[in-house]
Amino acid sequence: MIQSLELREVGVRRGGRRLFSGLSLTLRAGEACALTGANGAGKTSLLRAVAGLAPVEDGEVVFGGAEVSEARAGGLHLVGHNDGLKPARTAREELAFWSIWSGGTEASALGAAEALELVNLLDLEVRRLSAGQRRRLALARLLAAPRPLWLLDEPLSPLDAGWRTRFGAIMQTHLAGGGLILAAVHDPLPVAARGLEIAA
Amino acid sequence: MSRVGALLARETALTWGRGGGPLVSVGFYAGVATLLPLAIGPEPTRLSAIAPGAAWVALALASLLSLDRLFERDFEDGALDQLALSPVPLELTCAVKCLGQWLATGAPLAIAAPIAAIGLGAPLTLAPPIFVCALVGGLAFAFTGGIGAALSLGARRGGLLTAVIVLPLFTPPVIFGGGALAAFASGLPWTAGFALLCGYAAAAVALGPLAMAAACRNALS
Repeated sequence: MIQSLELREVGVRRGGRRLFSGLSLTLRAGEACALTGANGAGKTSLLRAVAGLAPVEDGEVVFGGAEVSEARAGGLHLVGHNDGLKPARTAREELAFWSIWSGGTEASALGAAEALELVNLLDLEVRRLSAGQRRRLALARLLAAPRPLWLLDEPLSPLDAGWRTRFGAIMQTHLAGGGLILAAVHDPLPVAARGLEIAA
Repeated sequence: MSRVGALLARETALTWGRGGGPLVSVGFYAGVATLLPLAIGPEPTRLSAIAPGAAWVALALASLLSLDRLFERDFEDGALDQLALSPVPLELTCAVKCLGQWLATGAPLAIAAPIAAIGLGAPLTLAPPIFVCALVGGLAFAFTGGIGAALSLGARRGGLLTAVIVLPLFTPPVIFGGGALAAFASGLPWTAGFALLCGYAAAAVALGPLAMAAACRNALS
């Protein structure tokens, strides 16, 4: 179980270009951090580096309470711009698969669909969903297979005002249960969060 | 359902439904078998002599058709990120994806192979060895082809790159399988060629996923 996330003087390079360096952060259970910065500053790259999908050029990423490999193989969720959902499959098939793949069950997938009001949409192909509905389907993964650390890349952008508020409540519940959230955003998060700006 | 079982079911369904699924490969295969007599002449003795070899080469090329998108779509839409964030080793994930590819296209091609060969004039007795060789050869094609598909991730003209990488890897099974079938057709012992084909397929299944996973990690980073 991840109890904290610590970035120690982290630097990330992408495509031969250094995006940032010397970034430090300590996030404890129950805390959220809003990662801000201009387009291309490296917010997505930092989330991917924390998830182990991109190399860390300098510094270190440390997970409290879990080995790095253990944390990355089942302790965190990454929800990004590319959601991995297949347009030709139904929402039910996709949610059930990603729930099982992430350690949940088909029953927990249904529970997540209820929480995000997707039940009536489950038999539609993913390509028939609106951008907001599709984002809710991607976010349902967070609830279908609970993991302590949520890495969210602009999670709110396609959601309407009502769903931003409701997703804020979901985030709040996750934090109250000892979860951690690191979210790259352009708009304020709907929960109390520390700020970390990536400067070019 | 376990993670691996769920992934196998998903990959098989996706490959089956992707761009016409096995119909494209089987259709290509049938097209080659149909055009061949038009190109080299309809003389039965000549056709029946080359039928097993022609069917085998066409099988290799038809297997290549659906390989270039094996990892590319998952890479582009973020599914590969999600697949990597799991307790399931990426090597096993790659192996399951290749197995799904084989079930959805390799197995239908193995059923089509004896039909095409008989259509070209091969004797009926050749049907069982052609089916078995195509089944085992298809496994080798899927797992060696997966290496090419993973290595070409993110590259422009990835399909062309996949073909260039994969064709040399397809050479041994084409030689072993074609040799086994030619020996069987001539009434000679054919098990040596078939054993080599099985050995190559086993090596591809064992080692291919290691190369695929390394290539996928490199592409993701």
